[in-house]
Amino acid sequence: MDLARSEVDEAPGAAERGEPPQAAPAGGRRREGRRSALRLALMVLPVAFFGLFFAYPVAAIVGRGLRSDGQWQLGLLGQVLTDPDVLQVLWFTVWQAAASTACTLALALPGAYVFARFDFPGKRLLRAVVTVPFVLPTVVVGSAFLALLGRGGALEEWFGLRLDTSVWAILLAHVFINYAVVVRTVGGLWSQLDPRQEEAARVLGASRIAAWRRVTLPALAPSIGAAALIVFLFTFTSFGVIQVLGGPRYATLEVEIYRQTAALLELPTAAVLTLLQFAAVTAMLAFHARTVRKRQSMLSMLPAEQTARRPQGPGQWALLGSVLTVVVLLILTPLAVLVERSFNGPDGYGTANYRALGSVSSDATFTVAPVAAIGNSLIYAALATCIALVVGGLAAAALTTRGGGGAVGRLVRGFDSMLMLPLGTSAVTVGFGFLIALDEPPLDLRSSWMLVPLAQALVGVPFVIRTMLPVLRAVDVRLREAAAVLGASPLRAWREVDLPLVRRALIVAAGFAFAVSLGEFGATVFIARPDAPTLPVAVSRFLGRAGELNYGQAMAMSAILMLVCTGTLLALERIRTDRSGEF
Amino acid sequence: MLRLNGVTVDFGARRALDAVDLEVADHETVCVLGPSGSGKSTLLRVVAGLQTPDAGRVFLSGQDRTEVPPHRREVGLMFQDHQLFPQRDVGGNVAFGLRMRRARRQETAERVAELLDLVGLPDAQRRTVATLSGGEQQRVALARALAPQPRLLMLDEPLGQLDRGLRERLVVELRALFHRLSTTVLAVTHDQGEAFVLADRVVVMNEGRVAQAGTPLEVWQHPASEFVARFLGFDNVVEASVHGGAADTPWGKLPVPDGIPTGACKLLVRPTGVRLTAVEDGLPCTVEARTFRGGDAAAVTLLLQPQHGPRMEASCALREAPEPGSSVGVAFDEQEVVRLAG
Repeated sequence: MDLARSEVDEAPGAAERGEPPQAAPAGGRRREGRRSALRLALMVLPVAFFGLFFAYPVAAIVGRGLRSDGQWQLGLLGQVLTDPDVLQVLWFTVWQAAASTACTLALALPGAYVFARFDFPGKRLLRAVVTVPFVLPTVVVGSAFLALLGRGGALEEWFGLRLDTSVWAILLAHVFINYAVVVRTVGGLWSQLDPRQEEAARVLGASRIAAWRRVTLPALAPSIGAAALIVFLFTFTSFGVIQVLGGPRYATLEVEIYRQTAALLELPTAAVLTLLQFAAVTAMLAFHARTVRKRQSMLSMLPAEQTARRPQGPGQWALLGSVLTVVVLLILTPLAVLVERSFNGPDGYGTANYRALGSVSSDATFTVAPVAAIGNSLIYAALATCIALVVGGLAAAALTTRGGGGAVGRLVRGFDSMLMLPLGTSAVTVGFGFLIALDEPPLDLRSSWMLVPLAQALVGVPFVIRTMLPVLRAVDVRLREAAAVLGASPLRAWREVDLPLVRRALIVAAGFAFAVSLGEFGATVFIARPDAPTLPVAVSRFLGRAGELNYGQAMAMSAILMLVCTGTLLALERIRTDRSGEF
Repeated sequence: MLRLNGVTVDFGARRALDAVDLEVADHETVCVLGPSGSGKSTLLRVVAGLQTPDAGRVFLSGQDRTEVPPHRREVGLMFQDHQLFPQRDVGGNVAFGLRMRRARRQETAERVAELLDLVGLPDAQRRTVATLSGGEQQRVALARALAPQPRLLMLDEPLGQLDRGLRERLVVELRALFHRLSTTVLAVTHDQGEAFVLADRVVVMNEGRVAQAGTPLEVWQHPASEFVARFLGFDNVVEASVHGGAADTPWGKLPVPDGIPTGACKLLVRPTGVRLTAVEDGLPCTVEARTFRGGDAAAVTLLLQPQHGPRMEASCALREAPEPGSSVGVAFDEQEVVRLAG
């Protein structure tokens, strides 16, 4: 979850301890060389994984689109990029992402403050609840907002208002999903900032606002920037939400890529759009990496428990109240309406929708009983989690291994950015790329069910890395040194010192990878076999069919998916907060 | 036990250690004393194997151990801020080194109990590290370092973060403990009081080089250079030219002890060697400030501005101390005048 935060407080200790992090003394060159070798060795598997299951399929689909008769058709680039329809899509993609990011920051920053600095009953539960939308499959989010704002939705019943054809539905859904990104990345840092810094400024004569602006805001700025970038990235590549809520009028690049590929079979156009999106995302990530590296600074940190207070005075209570109102209206209502609709069957309230999931439907939406999708999803997600943990764990270890200055360091930093790419690359492209690239021996996986967990793991890996990195970096080098002096070999020191400290982070990473895999839609929709759909694919198919029972079953399925995700998350929240010591 | 030959360490362009030679005999306690940045901690890291020297060799018990990784050196190191393992309880921390040496369970348990007894925390086995006070952490860190019976025990600012009362008590306890166990100890500190109490021998370091080595008394009585003198807190240093049992200085003629060679040199006059007299009987001075130092003798340090020459410090008893602004005369005690080499 701390997607952005991690990089902000990167390795704060080295300089302060007076250790030369980069200097390779002549006599230590041999050991330095060994460390570089270790670093590179740790990177082998992650690099191979990304090469094979990310770069290769994406390259294949781009090549397929842009080459014909053995010639590169680069003229296509200009042709597509000047097409007014494409420009229309591009414009919409950018402005809706910007608007979503602005709305999210406006609504979630007060939330971040309240969760960071106030103590109130039910805070822990509420913090888990606001995170639920983030791990919910986007298709489910789409259906929840459809149930709230759409035709025959709650809003229409109560107020006669429909928003599903307006862009507001999309923006609200994006805020709903990303609220937690801001609350957790910014709030996480905020809760650890030493309030005495602000007090020091007050004593020196700064007003309350000036103290906040001069002391707290600069400390928070990198994490606000990082959170904003992550939100922008997610909304820029939004697929499931727009697919459900966008209707014929609104399409992002991702949706357009899907339409061009799956509906129109216009591979060349899709390839150009993929490249366009890829370039945009790469530019954003590069910009992010630059700003983060520039802004690294020492912050004065305290354990979060010591900074939270009960609200005091009417102003603070009003702030808490308004944040809670936003959470109830924006987060809880859509989830509640979704559950309500799932019980609203053709014959009034009941479990009809759920019971229908157990039987093979007559209109052949599925060749198996929809309930089988639950089993499929769980198995795929579990496998994907294992793959993501291995690949992401190795990558995180490579990123935190010290040594190998200069060229190796640059290589590793590039590797760091590369691992973030799947977050922003069109999942649709990856899925379709799997189909056309991995169809020849020795990698003939097209009809193998393994494709699904592999694609899902690709999305899970960045989460694993972002969760593990800060914890691995926080392990004091001198603890390892203490272990070494007491007789522990490097491997033993890792097992005795690092592993116990990162075990919790590992479990948290596994949980996020699991939830994300469970909800993956863009790639899975291409590669899941018809007789083995996953939950999000099943939901989307139900929504694509007319009929009240289909709609009801989609809601029922979404409710089940929500339940599984929420359960995972609540378990994680227990682990997260139940920590001893500083780590 | 330990011998360093010409150990040099460079951090980029900065030279942290410059051709350092050092010897520690069996059962001896040696304190490395120096201001921060003088290379003391780097010296310990080189001996522990945590820092590879750019030049020079490290011998332990006569064997060249320069290339041996830290976990096979069998030395103990107590880190500056202890570095106790946060996820283990006190017993687990102390047992760590024994487990790494595959000691039997029974043996380990006995040894852990014995050591916690030794450091005065007999009931702390199951306590978590987070609940320990600074002094208790220091004791646990010591027990952890001692547990595997290292050939050489190294301490990095062992009492650095503790408050004054605790430090003064612990330093005496440590001294007694090391004698009882007849451990070989190499400690690093910036506090001369600590070093003088703890050490059989002190090594003063400056900018990566050994400035002086000797017993605490030798170093205190005969600082080898102006740097050492000033580091020990003596600021009455003047240029002098010695001939015939006296020296010409900016403060006028100073008596010097026998045996100081004729010629130009630097002289140190200890504050206790600056005696106050009637104005007409000595060098006339104005009292600029007086600082009450406390202590057993209720000593006061006076800052004096002589008629000519640089300011000097004088030490006197509280009841004899003149008020700031008053005029006094000053005479010098030749026994407290020391010739400095550098």
